[in-house]
Amino acid sequence: MKSMQHAFIALAAAALLAGCSSTPLDANVPVENRPTDGQAGAGGTGAGGTFGGAGAGAAGAAQSRVVPVDLTKTDSVAVSNLPRMVYFDFDSYVIKDEYRGTVEAHAKALVADRKLRLTVEGHTDERGGREYNLALGQKRAEAVLKALSLLGAGAGQVEAVSFGEERPAVQGSDEAAWAKNRRAELNNR
Amino acid sequence: MLKTKRAFVCIAAMCVAWPAWAQFRVEISGVGATQLPIAIVKFRDEDKAPQMVSAIIRADLERSGFFRGVDNQAVMDEIGLPAMSEWRSRAADALVAGSVSRLADGRYDVRFKLWDVVKGSELGGQSNTVDVADLRLAAHRIADFIYEKLTGDKGVFSTRIAYVTKGGGRFSLRVSDADGEGGQVALNSAEPIISPSWSPDGRELAYVSFESQKAVVYSQVVSSGARRAIANFRGSNSAPAWSPDGQTLAVTLSRDGGSQIFLMNRNGDNLRRLTSSAAIDTEPVFSPDGRSIYFVSDRGGSPQIYRTSLGGGSVERITFANSYNISPAISPDGRTLAYISRLGGAFRLHTIDLGAGGQPQALTSGSDDESPSFAPNGKLIIYATRDQGRETLMTTTLDGKIKARLSASGSDVREPVWSPYGR
Repeated sequence: MKSMQHAFIALAAAALLAGCSSTPLDANVPVENRPTDGQAGAGGTGAGGTFGGAGAGAAGAAQSRVVPVDLTKTDSVAVSNLPRMVYFDFDSYVIKDEYRGTVEAHAKALVADRKLRLTVEGHTDERGGREYNLALGQKRAEAVLKALSLLGAGAGQVEAVSFGEERPAVQGSDEAAWAKNRRAELNNR
Repeated sequence: MLKTKRAFVCIAAMCVAWPAWAQFRVEISGVGATQLPIAIVKFRDEDKAPQMVSAIIRADLERSGFFRGVDNQAVMDEIGLPAMSEWRSRAADALVAGSVSRLADGRYDVRFKLWDVVKGSELGGQSNTVDVADLRLAAHRIADFIYEKLTGDKGVFSTRIAYVTKGGGRFSLRVSDADGEGGQVALNSAEPIISPSWSPDGRELAYVSFESQKAVVYSQVVSSGARRAIANFRGSNSAPAWSPDGQTLAVTLSRDGGSQIFLMNRNGDNLRRLTSSAAIDTEPVFSPDGRSIYFVSDRGGSPQIYRTSLGGGSVERITFANSYNISPAISPDGRTLAYISRLGGAFRLHTIDLGAGGQPQALTSGSDDESPSFAPNGKLIIYATRDQGRETLMTTTLDGKIKARLSASGSDVREPVWSPYGR
């Protein structure tokens, strides 16, 4: 855990040095540091999602949490009970500080079990073109993939894919719904 | 002559034999368009057939924007000699009459004749023997004949459109006549389907399906349902586009990281990377001469449309106005670019005259336009939009003055793409 924190500090430092570029295509994934209270919490915790309280990482998982099993999806159900949502700001691919715990927990699991496979699914809100949104969702998924790789996940363990705007988590055409839909989902396969 | 009016011509009467889930409604607006007044009488015995042939022809011609149907109650076949003075007094410039006869083998013989009322002369006619399932096609072919005789341009009424519907938790790729009628399902899926693209011979549809929980490009033979995965690499596979000769496909792949454009042979072999940027490059379309590709890239900081030669070389930026320009479509003559531009929060269909380097022209006043596709004669564009919260399709003339809406009961309709000529 301690080495991971070091890794994240190094990442954050690199991002700062790189001028906090929002383009995650260089080797360094920019990790944005923000207070987890106030406006930065848009869509991060709270109602309607698959789980709440994503900020604290695996250690802070609530004991009363119920992980729903949805058989209407042909999806294989995630067996891990780690938090699996990373939410993004509008037009952004930056992994916010409040999701550091989520990414770290998955990286730790992947490092501990090299047979573990993870799919990172990028999603966007409904605004804009379908193909362009597919590419934007891909960019979000790849930002998470890069962070996982830098934390030790193997190249063959994680696949980044995108659903663009095609599979919204929440229906609706307002900022509350959009914020819930701009996300990356980490699903064990 | 032309009134500035909104004429709602409901053509529901003609979908007797098909599930009446979709219909185009013609909304004529705008001023100054010259529309040729044409009288299309009821064909003899057409009411004994399952399709009202004359109504289909009239709706086709009106939707094109170049014709205005002259109301009448007449019934006449192709043999009769029309009273030209009477049709002149009704301000008709052209007249169409015909007959529909059921043959002993169950097929139908559809005949018609077209007259120039002003000159009082015959312009031609045809006989077409068709299966009962192709009665609508026979009517569309007559409309094509009339359109070409009177405008000089080839008609597109007998072509088809493909599109995706979403309803009841299901996604369907459908193929219908160009007027939205006679829709048939090519693919049903519980997962999204996007970006259908016709092969240039009109036999296959390439598309993106999420059935395996990621974006994979398939191609499917429309007449047989035979399908194959043509791009299924690590990451996302999307945005298929055919070269004009049908031998090459352009696709967007994320297999090397980022979304970049690749070319491959139609069977999936010989994959080679076309673009190499640190940005998003997607939505490729071939120019009609097959020598260059238009695509969307955010390499300049916001999504814009670019063009690159297939022989390698420079990348040229095409759109400049506004900070969000996507979904390029090129007219068959290569002269007009249609695309979606965001103004404020509104996504609108625009065109640019590529030859003249002209200014962008907005064709709609909507706010949710998507996915433009040219008719094979270049005279109409089909696109997706929203109407009272529902996703619908529309066609528009290139001046934006004549529009027709396709709405479906209980479904969202999206991702339209117009077929090439021929069935």
